[in-house]
Amino acid sequence: MFDFSETETQAMIRDSARSFAEQVLAPRAAELDRTGGFPDKSLSQAAQLGLLGVNVPERLGGVEAGVIAYSHVVIELAKACASTTVAVCVSNMVAEVICSFGTVEQQQEHVPKLCAGAYKVGGFALSEPGAGSDPSSMRTRARPTDHGWVIDGSKLWITSGSDAGLFVVWARTSDGPGTHGITAFLVRGDAPGLRRGKPEHKMGLCGSTTTPLELSDVEVGRDALLGQVDKGFRVAMMALDGGRIGVASQALGVGLAAVESARRYALDRRQFGAPIANFQAIQWMLADSAAELEAARLLILRAAWLKENSRAFTREASMAKLFASERACRACDRAIQIHGGYGYTREFPVERYFRDARVAMIYEGTSEIQRMVIAREVARRFQRAGAS
Amino acid sequence: MDFSLTDDEQLLRANVRAFCRAEVAEQAKQWDEDERLPEHILRKVADMGLMGMQVPEQYGGAGVSAVASACVIEELAATDGSLALTVASHNALCTGHIFLAGNEQQRHKYLPELCSGRALGAWGLTEPGSGSDAAGARTTAVRRGERWILNGSKTFITQGSIGKYAVVIASTDPSKKQHGLTAFVLERGMPGFSVGKKIEKLGMRASDTVELVFEDVEVPLENQLGEQNRGFVDTLQILDRGRIGIAALACGLGRGAMDASIAYARERKQFGQPLAAFQAIQWKIANMATELDAAWLLTVCAAALRDQSKPFTFEAAKAKLYSAQAAMRACNEAVQIHGGYGYTREFPLERALRDAKLCEIGEGTNEIQRLVLSRAISQRFSRA
Repeated sequence: MFDFSETETQAMIRDSARSFAEQVLAPRAAELDRTGGFPDKSLSQAAQLGLLGVNVPERLGGVEAGVIAYSHVVIELAKACASTTVAVCVSNMVAEVICSFGTVEQQQEHVPKLCAGAYKVGGFALSEPGAGSDPSSMRTRARPTDHGWVIDGSKLWITSGSDAGLFVVWARTSDGPGTHGITAFLVRGDAPGLRRGKPEHKMGLCGSTTTPLELSDVEVGRDALLGQVDKGFRVAMMALDGGRIGVASQALGVGLAAVESARRYALDRRQFGAPIANFQAIQWMLADSAAELEAARLLILRAAWLKENSRAFTREASMAKLFASERACRACDRAIQIHGGYGYTREFPVERYFRDARVAMIYEGTSEIQRMVIAREVARRFQRAGAS
Repeated sequence: MDFSLTDDEQLLRANVRAFCRAEVAEQAKQWDEDERLPEHILRKVADMGLMGMQVPEQYGGAGVSAVASACVIEELAATDGSLALTVASHNALCTGHIFLAGNEQQRHKYLPELCSGRALGAWGLTEPGSGSDAAGARTTAVRRGERWILNGSKTFITQGSIGKYAVVIASTDPSKKQHGLTAFVLERGMPGFSVGKKIEKLGMRASDTVELVFEDVEVPLENQLGEQNRGFVDTLQILDRGRIGIAALACGLGRGAMDASIAYARERKQFGQPLAAFQAIQWKIANMATELDAAWLLTVCAAALRDQSKPFTFEAAKAKLYSAQAAMRACNEAVQIHGGYGYTREFPLERALRDAKLCEIGEGTNEIQRLVLSRAISQRFSRA
């Protein structure tokens, strides 16, 4: 039966994330955006609150609050600081992926450290200069040795690449076809031969590092293999599907923050003898954003609910990600418009929201990739329904 | 949290779908051209329990949830907008108002007939000079002894000529504007109560829309529905509920158009491959599917809140606003995917597009929904 109310656990962790976001992240957000760098301190505080293992079993150091709770956490954090949020999201996904694909030993070795912040955060190393939306063109290779594997190649766009203590690295172990032959490995940040490149200068998320990684004959043991040889694409897909719920939630959080700023400004700012909130031109923008972001929230929660109940959620996660990212960007754009000239200045946070939201249409699968996934899944479901 | 339908809701939905396939799909084009629904179809719909969906069984209704009702409307609309509109308005407006505001005697008198489909119900609020602004209602009801005397006219009245009963909102105290409105139940055949002009429309042509005229209509006191001068308060609740129905209707129109487009895109070949192989077409379908899912979730969210007796005014406005827009885009893209064929009456897409436009206007225009939502500007916008 349709029911949109939340459990006590969900409400509790949401409230705890909200107060952390308001008290700790929000006051640091503008400065972090301006100076760049990496939010070490905030992340270690997030770890103490359990926010690096929201959907991770308690026995492995997580808070075991589920996927819906995870989504609530991400929305709350992103309202305050998207840069810190993205590091939190990726680290949560690394922990989840190890819980799903790792051996008992790998889980016990790495997951508690990820949750406690002992690795600072985790990172994913999938994209390459020539392999973005199409992972089958990956060129990083892993060769078996007597003791394990040697990995050689270069990666790009690695979130938290400057600081992450543990990476999931994908490399080719055999040649295709397509994505067959790709394998996932766990590589520590201090592995000899692993070199972190200079952070990219980005439009937004300036307080999150995005770096290349060079892997020059990095030797790892047999215990570095995550999941099955040649079948690492499944690991990537799981990380990406779950990651899409995270990115959608991030985008929604930023969008909600933009609408809230615009709402306050509209009530405060007077022109033609009245608060601009009295004008329909302004009301319309806020009303459209409110309706669209509410729809985004429901798409996200549906995907999270499906994942939490171990049902297929690929199509729903793609819809949530596509819709939330695009509508959040629109909401940020409208928020700047409502602020007028002030919205274009760095005196107000909406220009940061606009920059931070934009990437959500690109990473974790571009909008175009989401549409490919959705069209394929919709056609598939249609075919099944038609056949029955 | 739960995003699934109950077994009963799924069964109801499957029954309506089977009915639509068997008895509606082939006929809807003809009904659109005839500008009327055949009686036997309305009887069948009533026999399925769809004419008093949310009315408790003690009054002859089916007693199902708001979510289940939304499923029914969505499913009907996926095949025929006019039939869906007839069912939605009969349920939410006339029948809904009598159940909401009626006393026990009135409920027992009218509801069994309405729920069984033996009588259809109309609801009259809109007037030539008073659409979105209900405060401008000029139809008056003046007390004369043991009678109310109604004078004036209403327009855009769904089921106005085929309905046996009409709930009519009239001003009992013009000085109080909307706070001087009262609702009455009128019955066909009352002297002075007549059907005016039939309204010719862009879409929803098989749904009956007419003007109603009141010339010194004598209405017994016991036909007053709800408290005197409280008509507007009840009306707002009726409109809130009705918006869930129109939102569901929009979702169904869009989904029907999308399903047809997917089927067509797989069949139709150009440049040596099915249309479905081109990204230009895939993109349209992905956008439709995503927007319609978003619309549907907003709709069931409002319905579920209603089922739990929680406030849902803002949610219903969001659902209605967004679903109507999503349906227009989906139907428009469906015509586009079908190309020249989509523009012909041979395919149901042009009808869906014409029908969908109603959803941006009826039960409060898009602009009125935004006005409702803007009231939340000084409050909190969303629970997220």
